[in-house]
Amino acid sequence: MELLVASGIGAMTAAGVYLLLRARTFPVIIGVALLSYAVNVFLFATGRLAVHRPPVISDDAAGYTDPLPQALVLTAIVISFGMTALVTILALRAYLECGTDAVDTPELDATAQEWGIQTGPAGEAAEAERR
Amino acid sequence: MNHWIVVPVILPAMLAPLLVLAVRHSLTLQRVFSAVGTAALVAVSLGLALRAAGGGPEIYELGNWPAPFGIVLVLDRLSALMLLLTGLLAAAVLTYAISSGWDARGRHFHPLFQFQLMGVNGAFLTGDLFNLFVFFEVLLIASYGLMLHGGGAERLKAGVQYIVVNLAGSTLFLFAVGTIYAVTGTLNMADLAVKVQQVAPGDEALLRVGALLLLVVFAVKAALVPLHFWLPGTYANAPAPVAALFAIMTKVGAYSIIRVYTLVFGAGAGDGAASAGDWLLPAALVTLVLGTAGVLGAGGLMRLICYALIASMGTLLTAVALFTPAATAAALYYLVHSTLAAAALFLVADLVAARRGRFGDRLEAAPRFAQTGLLASLFFLAAIGMAGMPPLSGFLGKLLVLDSARGGEATAVIWTLILATSLVTIVGFARAGSALFWKSAALEGRIEAAAAARPVLPIVATAAVLAGMVVLSALAGPVTGFLEGTAEQLYAPAGYIEAVLGAERAAGG
Repeated sequence: MELLVASGIGAMTAAGVYLLLRARTFPVIIGVALLSYAVNVFLFATGRLAVHRPPVISDDAAGYTDPLPQALVLTAIVISFGMTALVTILALRAYLECGTDAVDTPELDATAQEWGIQTGPAGEAAEAERR
Repeated sequence: MNHWIVVPVILPAMLAPLLVLAVRHSLTLQRVFSAVGTAALVAVSLGLALRAAGGGPEIYELGNWPAPFGIVLVLDRLSALMLLLTGLLAAAVLTYAISSGWDARGRHFHPLFQFQLMGVNGAFLTGDLFNLFVFFEVLLIASYGLMLHGGGAERLKAGVQYIVVNLAGSTLFLFAVGTIYAVTGTLNMADLAVKVQQVAPGDEALLRVGALLLLVVFAVKAALVPLHFWLPGTYANAPAPVAALFAIMTKVGAYSIIRVYTLVFGAGAGDGAASAGDWLLPAALVTLVLGTAGVLGAGGLMRLICYALIASMGTLLTAVALFTPAATAAALYYLVHSTLAAAALFLVADLVAARRGRFGDRLEAAPRFAQTGLLASLFFLAAIGMAGMPPLSGFLGKLLVLDSARGGEATAVIWTLILATSLVTIVGFARAGSALFWKSAALEGRIEAAAAARPVLPIVATAAVLAGMVVLSALAGPVTGFLEGTAEQLYAPAGYIEAVLGAERAAGG
């Protein structure tokens, strides 16, 4: 089980970091989401993995699992969920206002102009018209 | 238990929902509530600072749960100093934002401002590592809103970058906290300080990983090279009063480094703890050089100030990285100074940009504009403060830093870099000042700014921040006395640990 959890966290983190380094906002947001999943599982595992152990005191419990990481994960989930929602909306607004979803690459826009490709809502409108 | 300790967190936390729920329709009422709340915050911080100056660390147990099971807020000299600095800066910035009309350019400026204060104050007070993460999130979420205040394409674009960088930073923070918890089984900072010394031999490497991950997180906040790249774009595109308030945000990173690496992973922590100074010192020196290069290369005044701020973080963290009481006292003096200098510069930049019409803050000659003489003098004062020329506090701050670096291994490097970058910074600011103020005198015509009515209050607020630097220089003796006491308290963490855990547990663990 340890191997499964550890490799799961590792795979998600690797994918998250890779996506975070992409040039467009959509993969970046997915990357942020993956990273936050990875860290949530990681936090959960910091209390050691235990099966069928209650976190709160009960009379017929053979042993207990650490309840604190569960509380920490709950806090982290709430925050990361809210932040993902915020960054999604914001990326959408930035796309609509700037006409591009490039994170920090003026070259992408320049290339698009060179090839006569309109990006953003204006480009989509032109595309629709052509069809 | 002294209930005043929790007031700097509770007061803005109560005020912000009130502003957003009850009085959102009236900007006047919002301004009144926000101003009164901030004034009260200054008064409370002043009272707490006086109290902390007279005694040892005091704790406030949230919900009356005893440490290390519950979360504690700790008031010592360092946190009291930071609270007072935040309160005073917030008061000046709020005055500026209200009187210049910046708060009317978008919605919910005042609630976000109060949430920002809540997050910053909480980060300075908390004695729990996970709670520090939560307060970081509070101040970041509020800062996202404030940074986007007023909207606009450029600002939104910069905002997305800022948020993504900080989301990655928050994730790293959680990884670091998780690793430390997995090794020690606690997140209370005082308890950690005890447990870190008793770590099992096999777990030392894991603890070191956690400690250094934490350093990376704080370095993102403190804009340390190579994690500084988010700062210029963000601050230069943020509304100027917000950028002035954000001058305290980089200091939250510096504060966290000082707190965690003197208390938890300090000298007494043994082999398990990483020596943060070894990593911090080279990074801080590179930060200093890169920031100064940016000062020379910037094309706009706001961006120039951003790089000057990065360079000042370099100086500050160089002093922090030495981790001696004298160097930390110097770092704290420079911290107060650089916060005031950066805030004053951002406000001056806004005053100038507002009067230059379409030329904005670009560093190019434009025809004369209203109040050139007055603004030129304000800029001159703020610039010599930031560059570290006498007689303002920047000079004393750098002198203290240089003095505290004497006799170490890296003395020659530190002295050379700080002195050389100071000279280059002066050149950079002189270039900017001559482009903005002198060359304009040679051009024909005048810019009649759209805002014909020129309120006095924004200039008063800017002058008040500058006056803060003058006071800091005039009272350098008593202030350094207080800061030396602060540094002493930081390097004798037993007092802090005993205040939180009680004498018995602090000794036995």
